[in-house]
Amino acid sequence: MLSYTLKRILNAVVVLWFVITITFFLMHAIPGGPFTGEKNLPPAVMKNIEERYKLNDPLWKQYTDYMVNLGHLDLGPSFKYQGRSVNNIIAEGFPVSFQLGMNSIVLAVVLGIPAGVISALKRNKWQDRTIMFLTTLGVAVPSFVLAAALIHVFAIKLSLLPAAMWSGWKFQILPSVALAGMPTSYIARLTRSSMLDVLGQDYIKTAKAKGVAQYVIMYRHALKNGLIPVVTYIGPMAAGILTGSFVIETLFAIPGLGRHFVTSIYNRDYTVILGVTIFYSFLVVALNMLVDLIYPLLDPRIKLGGKQEG
Amino acid sequence: MQLTPDSFTPVTRDNAEQEILRPSLTYWQDAWQRLKRNKLAMLGLYIIVFLLLAAVFGPLFSNTSYSDQNLLQANRPPSSEHWFGTDNLGRDLFIRVLYGARISLAIGIVASLLNFTVGVAYGGIAGFVGGRTDRFMMNVVDVLYGVPVLLYVILLMVVLKPGLTNIFIALGIAYWLQMARIVRGQILVIKEQEYVLAARTIGAGKWRILLRHLIPNSMGAIIVTMTLAIPDAIFTEAFLSFIGLGVAAPMASWGVLASEGINSLRSYPFQLLFPALAISITMLAFNFLGDGLRDALDPRMRR
Repeated sequence: MLSYTLKRILNAVVVLWFVITITFFLMHAIPGGPFTGEKNLPPAVMKNIEERYKLNDPLWKQYTDYMVNLGHLDLGPSFKYQGRSVNNIIAEGFPVSFQLGMNSIVLAVVLGIPAGVISALKRNKWQDRTIMFLTTLGVAVPSFVLAAALIHVFAIKLSLLPAAMWSGWKFQILPSVALAGMPTSYIARLTRSSMLDVLGQDYIKTAKAKGVAQYVIMYRHALKNGLIPVVTYIGPMAAGILTGSFVIETLFAIPGLGRHFVTSIYNRDYTVILGVTIFYSFLVVALNMLVDLIYPLLDPRIKLGGKQEG
Repeated sequence: MQLTPDSFTPVTRDNAEQEILRPSLTYWQDAWQRLKRNKLAMLGLYIIVFLLLAAVFGPLFSNTSYSDQNLLQANRPPSSEHWFGTDNLGRDLFIRVLYGARISLAIGIVASLLNFTVGVAYGGIAGFVGGRTDRFMMNVVDVLYGVPVLLYVILLMVVLKPGLTNIFIALGIAYWLQMARIVRGQILVIKEQEYVLAARTIGAGKWRILLRHLIPNSMGAIIVTMTLAIPDAIFTEAFLSFIGLGVAAPMASWGVLASEGINSLRSYPFQLLFPALAISITMLAFNFLGDGLRDALDPRMRR
């Protein structure tokens, strides 16, 4: 167990290092540098700017400087917003995104798992077909289309909920639902197929033969094992919700980190792109690692230290 | 019972009786028959064929182009003249959705082919060579797997500048990992089968075994992965278009059309409706076909 944990942590560190390095060099591969767009600054000003942001240093020095600063959790200044640091932007935007993301994750789990279980129990009945139809749609419709449809119906036609901004619980409903659409569908389908798998196992038959009550079989035997694969989806789900939040926050004008990221892409604000990418990668890598560490505890059939297959 | 000399005449040989009644089916014919029985998968296939035909030939039959503007006709709702209405520059949306199909489908298909090339080469070599090479190559894949792919597609698009070729490149670089893993897994299993041993015994070379036996026999899994990669790529492109990193105007993929439609959602919701429908139907069709192919090509996976 210990060697497995260590191996997994080492893997995560390598991933992070790789991610930071690639991101750094990609950003610096851009021809011309970040200030070329700014309507022909006089050379003297240009020189000062380059001095200030240390763009004249050799690349390896910039790289090691950046790494050292990262060690101090300092992501550097924003190129576009004078006097704002990337840390500052993250600290301001992330709590909002976190709230939105958590709403969606809770929604996805609370709706998705029961839907999947019902679907598996009522296999091929109308309940199953309805749920499967809805979740198929949920996987096929891009989140911005779902968001636009929600805005159109609930904000414009019915005037029930606000269409944009972020000040109070009413403002959270539409974006959270829009963001949750895809993961909810995915969790429901995952739960269904894994429940069907578990319900066909011999030990369920044994339990039935022993005369164990239906609901005990469901909760104690089937659900516990059926939900294990759903845990593996947490990592990809977090990544999906992150990227989904770019779209949703932009559409609903929510002042979260996702929207900042999209704005920084429009503005070509390189340090912000770099910093936010690293921040997000860190989150995803950490979550993936956590899931990998928890997984063997939940499912003893998985051999520790063995080769992890995806 | 009467016995006459007639009863003892030899039966004439009837060739028809000796013919094998059921034609022997190859793997692919068998898979095709299974696929044909799957209604959803066939529906998906028909939709895809229809979309491909519409995308290739549709624009040839119209005398307006996707970039023709007519400001007097701006923002018209759907009518017999403009089936899907017009956009804010008076461009016919039906034509634009047709052209969008070209771009979106091309993105999906090219990305999937790139996946195929890179993934099969990488996974094939890793699985076939085995040993230390395999361990190293798969460690690399494991490391890359932990990277949130979409972030890097975004990053690549920022660096490469938006455009069709660069979308191909970014998607190709980003999405081959899954394929490499699947191909390697397949090859590891097939490598141990008797017919590979037989081929080796009669002196078939390494490359011949790889190209003639191992890869063709992993084709089932490869094709399923490819089919399911197409909607992923279309989805990703729509996402990129939405955050301003898609193909450049006046070209328009479905993603671009949808994000343009969102801007005018309040006044002209139909401008979003049609591209969104196109994306969703295509996603459904490819997913249905992919699931059907999985069942048809890999009978063991069937539930």
